[in-house]
Amino acid sequence: MKILVQREDFDCGAEIEQVARGNPKVGAVASFVGLVRDVNEDAAVRTMTLEHYPGMTERSIAQIVEEARTRWNVIDCTVIHRIGELKPTDRIVLVVVASGHRGDAFAACEFIMDYLKTRAPFWKKEQTPQGARWVEARAVDDEAAARWKDK
Amino acid sequence: MKVKVFFFAALREQVGVACEDIDLPGEKSTIAALRSHLAARGGAWASALSDKKLLRFAVNQDVARTDATLKAGDEVAFFPPVTGG
Repeated sequence: MKILVQREDFDCGAEIEQVARGNPKVGAVASFVGLVRDVNEDAAVRTMTLEHYPGMTERSIAQIVEEARTRWNVIDCTVIHRIGELKPTDRIVLVVVASGHRGDAFAACEFIMDYLKTRAPFWKKEQTPQGARWVEARAVDDEAAARWKDK
Repeated sequence: MKVKVFFFAALREQVGVACEDIDLPGEKSTIAALRSHLAARGGAWASALSDKKLLRFAVNQDVARTDATLKAGDEVAFFPPVTGG
């Protein structure tokens, strides 16, 4: 398991290659990459700054990964989340899950992202032509996380 | 008793403080009592911490509810709903 919160960009190909490398029990690797869009709620986004709560961030992501491991076969997992100033098209987040079969890999990867969005202490501030604004939490993200409760 | 309180994101900007040591009366307290204690400062504190504001809390880096008990030396955090990912 690898959890990183960093300013630097990451190499998706290298991270996917490295997850559970050489482990013949791995039959599936699923990954998700989140990117900065150039528009949000009808305003152009010039840059985005990500703030976090050092310590709690890594701790909460580790708890989310642990919860995924209790639900699905997760042989290895990498989560990388960037902080600091980002611009449209930049990568923000990477989740890579290695499992025995694709069903577990897909489900665990989606679960980790849904929980990360509603539980990990990150906050986005956007710079738009109208000025800076903090991104508001979205109800659809809570709904996405809530649907895992009964699964 | 003393606790260390962190404020993040929009809330940090509203109160103008990122981290502060707070002395609370008694040997035990709660998040709700700490919130009222800080809101009683008035001005930006009162509006940023009013009951109408949707806030999240953590005690010693775990998510906590407003009735969570606080003891001396705890690290408490107040922040808006998260927006990462």
